[in-house]
Amino acid sequence: MSQSPIAGPAETAPVTAGLAAPTDLGPTGPLGGGGGLPSRRRFGRESLFRWFTTASGAVVLVVIVAIAIFLIAKAVPALRADKANFLTYKDWFPDDPTNPKFGIAALALGTVEASVLALLLAVPVALGIALCLTHYAHRRVASALGFVIDLLAAVPSIVFGLWGRDYFYKPVQDFSAWLHRYFGWIPLFGSGGPYGKSVLLGSAVLAIMILPIITSLSSEVFRQTPKMNEEAALALGATKWEMIRMAVLPYGRPGLIASVMLGLGRALGETIALALTLGATYTFSIDLIENGGNSIAANIANKFGEASETGRGALIASGLVLFAITLVVNMIARLIVYRRREFIGSAA
Amino acid sequence: MAKRIEASGISAYYGAFKAIEDINMVIEPKSVTALIGPSGCGKSTFLRSINRMHEVLPGARVEGKLTLDSQDLYGRDVDVTAVRRLIGMVFQRPNPFPTMSIYDNVVSGLRLNGVRRKSMLDTACEKALRSANLWNEVHTRLSRPGAGLSGGQQQRLCIARAIAVEPQVVLMDEPCSALDPISTLAIEDLISELKNQYTIVIVTHNMQQAARVSDRTAFFSIDKTGDPGRLIEYDETNKIFTNPSVKRTEDYITGRFG
Repeated sequence: MSQSPIAGPAETAPVTAGLAAPTDLGPTGPLGGGGGLPSRRRFGRESLFRWFTTASGAVVLVVIVAIAIFLIAKAVPALRADKANFLTYKDWFPDDPTNPKFGIAALALGTVEASVLALLLAVPVALGIALCLTHYAHRRVASALGFVIDLLAAVPSIVFGLWGRDYFYKPVQDFSAWLHRYFGWIPLFGSGGPYGKSVLLGSAVLAIMILPIITSLSSEVFRQTPKMNEEAALALGATKWEMIRMAVLPYGRPGLIASVMLGLGRALGETIALALTLGATYTFSIDLIENGGNSIAANIANKFGEASETGRGALIASGLVLFAITLVVNMIARLIVYRRREFIGSAA
Repeated sequence: MAKRIEASGISAYYGAFKAIEDINMVIEPKSVTALIGPSGCGKSTFLRSINRMHEVLPGARVEGKLTLDSQDLYGRDVDVTAVRRLIGMVFQRPNPFPTMSIYDNVVSGLRLNGVRRKSMLDTACEKALRSANLWNEVHTRLSRPGAGLSGGQQQRLCIARAIAVEPQVVLMDEPCSALDPISTLAIEDLISELKNQYTIVIVTHNMQQAARVSDRTAFFSIDKTGDPGRLIEYDETNKIFTNPSVKRTEDYITGRFG
C-alpha cells in the first residue's frame, strides 16, 4: 500500500479484507487502533467551511465586476461628450454645457511625477531606517524607533495635508529658493519664485506619508535574511556594511521591490494630502519648485463636489486611468520579482 | 601558508553565561585537529572564538590570549575583518549566498579583498573549485545559482569559497552533519588533501570521522548543564582513541557517557 488509509480519502483507500470500513462510527468512534475506518462525513463542519471560503471568494469577484460596470457606465457618456482628445488634452472643462473639453495628460503626468519624486525622497531614508532598526541600533532603541514609525503611519492623511499646507510649505519655500540659486540652471529648479504649492511640497509630504510603510515592510524583509548567510559573509571578513551588501540586500531584493511598489501604490492613490499641497493647475511642467502640480486623485477630490453629470463622468474616467497606471506599476513589480525567482526560490 | 594557533586561558561568555573556561592548546600547522565532545561542551564556541565569530552574537565576548604565529588575534588594534580573512570558516549547514552564482560565490571573498580583475578572479575560481574537488562537476555551469547544487556540492562550494582567499587556517564546524554518507566521504577526502596546505580545525560529533581525518584530537566536556566547557584531554588522535590517559575521555569514546 503506497499511502496510509488513514491519510487518504476513504473512497480511494484500497479496501482490503482486514480494513473493511464499517458504515459509520460517528465522532465518538475510536480514533486510533479501533475497529476500522470511519466513513467520510459529507455534511459536517468541513463542507460548511468549504462553502464559506468559496462564497467569500465569489463576493470579491461580484464586487469588482459591479464596480467596473459602474465606472465604465459613468465614464463612457462623458468620454463621448468630450470635444478634446481625452488622452492628450491638458485641461479640464467638462462642465461647459456646450463645449466640454477635458484631457488626462497633465493629470496623469503630474501624478507620476509627484509619486516618483516622493519615492526618490522616501526610499533611501526608509531603507536607512530599516537597516538601522534591524542591524545597527541597540534593541531598545530599535523598538522605540519602530514605535515612532508606526505612529507616523497612524497619522491621517488630512493631517499631513494641513500640516504641509500651513506649516511645512515654509521650509520648502526656503529650500526651493536655495535650489534655484545654486542649481537654477537645471530645468527642474528653473522657477525664480514666489514659491507656494509646488510638486516639491506635495512630493515631500507624500514621501513622509509613504515612509512608514516602506520602512516597516523592508525591515521585515531584512529581518528574514538567514543568519547563516550573514555569518558566511562575516566569516569571509566582511564589514557590517559589506555583509549587508553581500547577504542582506540581495536576499531581500524581491521583498524590497514589493515594499517600494506598495509605497508607490499608496503615493499614486493618495488624495487629500496632495489636494491640499499641490497647485491644482492643468499644465504639466518638469519644474519641481514652481507653483503648480496636480494629480488624478487630488483633482477628483477638488472637483467632485461641484461637478455636473458630465464632470463626474470625466472624473470617473480619470479614476480608471489611475487604476490602469497602478495596475501597470504592479505588473512591472511582479515581473522584476519573478525574474529573480530562480535564485531566491532555490535558496530554501 | 599555514600557521600555528596558540590558545592560552581562553574563556568565552554569552552575556553572563560562561560557555568555555580556561582552554589552553596549541594547534599545529598543516595538520587536522578535531574537537570532539558532548553537545553544549563548548567546542563550537571555542572554534568560533578562533576567528572571532563568537563576538558576532550580542553580549558575547572572549577572554584570554589567542595567537596566530605569535600575532595576537585579540589585540587592541587588530582589525576583526583582517582576522577573519586569515582564518576561513565552513559552517554546519551549507550556506552559499543564495542570490549568487557558483562563480560569484567562490570569488566573493576575493572581491571583498578588492580583487577586480576578471583574469585573476577566473584563475582563483578554478583553482579553488579544483582544490575543493568540485570543478569537474560545475565548470560547465558556473553562472548557475550556487543554491541549486546538492547539499554535498554546496558544502564543497562553501569550502571553495573559504579557501579561494588562501587563508592560513580553515575552521570547520560540523561540516558533514547535514550531509549523506557519500557526500561526507567526499568532504573527508578533501580535508585530508587540504591539510597539506592549511591548518585545519574541525568540530565533529562523529567520532569515527575524528578518528579518520584528524592528526590530533581534543576532547571537551562539561561537568553538568550550566557549567562551562573545559578541555579534558588533547593528544595524538591515535592515542586518544586507543589509549586515552583520562578516564572521562575513555568513557566518552567508548559510548559510556555522552
